[in-house]
Amino acid sequence: MRKTKLISRRQAIFAGITSAGALLLSGCLKKAPPTYGNILRMGDDLTYIAQRGLLSQRALAPEYQKNEITSFPVTDIGDPADPASKKTYNKVYQQLQSDGFKNYALTVEGSVARPGKYAMADLKKLAQRTQITRHTCEEGWSAIAEWTGVPLSAVLKDAGILQTARFVSFYGFDGYAESIDMLDAFHPQTILAHTMNGEGLPARNGAPLRLRVETQIGYKNVKFIQRIVVSDKFVDAADDIKGGWSWYTGI
Amino acid sequence: MIVSQNPNAEAVSHRGWVKGSHFIITISFLVLTVSGYVILMSHPRLYWGKAGNDLTPALFELPISRNYHHNGWDKSISFKHLNGGQVTAARTYDIFNQNGWGRSTHFLAAWFLVITGIVYLLAGFITGHFRFNLSPRRGELRLKLLWRDFISHFRMQPHTPGKYGLLQRVTYISVIFFLFPVVILTGFTMSPAITASCPFLLKIFFGHQSARTIHFFAAILLLLFLVVHLVMIARSGFKKNIWKITFGR
Repeated sequence: MRKTKLISRRQAIFAGITSAGALLLSGCLKKAPPTYGNILRMGDDLTYIAQRGLLSQRALAPEYQKNEITSFPVTDIGDPADPASKKTYNKVYQQLQSDGFKNYALTVEGSVARPGKYAMADLKKLAQRTQITRHTCEEGWSAIAEWTGVPLSAVLKDAGILQTARFVSFYGFDGYAESIDMLDAFHPQTILAHTMNGEGLPARNGAPLRLRVETQIGYKNVKFIQRIVVSDKFVDAADDIKGGWSWYTGI
Repeated sequence: MIVSQNPNAEAVSHRGWVKGSHFIITISFLVLTVSGYVILMSHPRLYWGKAGNDLTPALFELPISRNYHHNGWDKSISFKHLNGGQVTAARTYDIFNQNGWGRSTHFLAAWFLVITGIVYLLAGFITGHFRFNLSPRRGELRLKLLWRDFISHFRMQPHTPGKYGLLQRVTYISVIFFLFPVVILTGFTMSPAITASCPFLLKIFFGHQSARTIHFFAAILLLLFLVVHLVMIARSGFKKNIWKITFGR
């Protein structure tokens, strides 16, 4: 009745803005990780930009009471100490574990003034933080546990992180890896945990050292950490993106 | 008079922006439904409260993938310093999990839904679409009137042609101002980054797993709405109505 045109200009503009906006926004900003020309990854980038732009970057994830701690499933890709686990078996790790990890040392390298190794005793001498937080798995489940460890920021500062640094990658003995940006790396709740619920990390929960990033989904939390690499450029440490997974998982 | 179809009744005409946003939201909703189902398949258990997983009791479990009731768990290990019986155990079962594309598709479609939804809400208020076409008139919100309208739907008595009926308006208002906001906000509540900045979301939806369960039921209600919506369209002249909401004038 009111209209004479088949598709109105307004309709076209609405359709255009909503679809093109989502795609262009991510492509225009230099700070976003690469999109690999994949439409799904562009959506992930838009989420990354929006969450970095609209949310408080220092806000702490909710912390819980001791009586709210729940059971905690282990759903990773396998046990690095088990020779039967073809994907994840690591002979060095098996040796370390059989010695009770007393020879373990974390390697820190890349864009730092003092690359080197940190024995567990060295790490425990740096600042310590204990937090009861919720682990949120991409599968849909969640679990609450108490973690104690050294803030990643303390390790990075101790190693003399360079001004050019933009990403931190974590490599586990099990072949798994992840990277995070500096905002998450220096978030006060981002810690390298060595203690879970008051005792040394149980074997399958990432002994002797695992990452806790409380503002992202569970799969960022690399277990059995062997080395940390600080880089100036974006690194898709374990080919998350190639494997079809979102690199940023704040949602 | 009882009529089985009313081909002569005039269908409601829609403005361009209503048609455009309706189109984008419909497509996004369908994509969200499919991807949401795929995501649910990798963990078809729902809980109430702050956290929940395979080692804690569920509200219910849906038989929608091979993950349903799987028992592939290594022996449980308890924690010395905890006295609530909490354990940890490793999974030995290869689960169904297509969340790589499932999650990214879900969030991409959610972006289209949220941005279009905001444009739709603004336009709806500015143009008076909500006030004139969707809100019930004064004194109309009475159970008796709603019931009469409900019954007349079964008797196939058409209401004033070219306008929305009372029940129709109440339903549309509930979907736009209640169901969609609930499904979007519970979606936000599952995000660790968003809840770090907006912890009140976890309060109003009773925790992470409660939000997930509410998200599920709100999506079910939206799907139910879609089915009834389509049935009503079919019964009042499918072709004519579909033409009117898409390309017709």
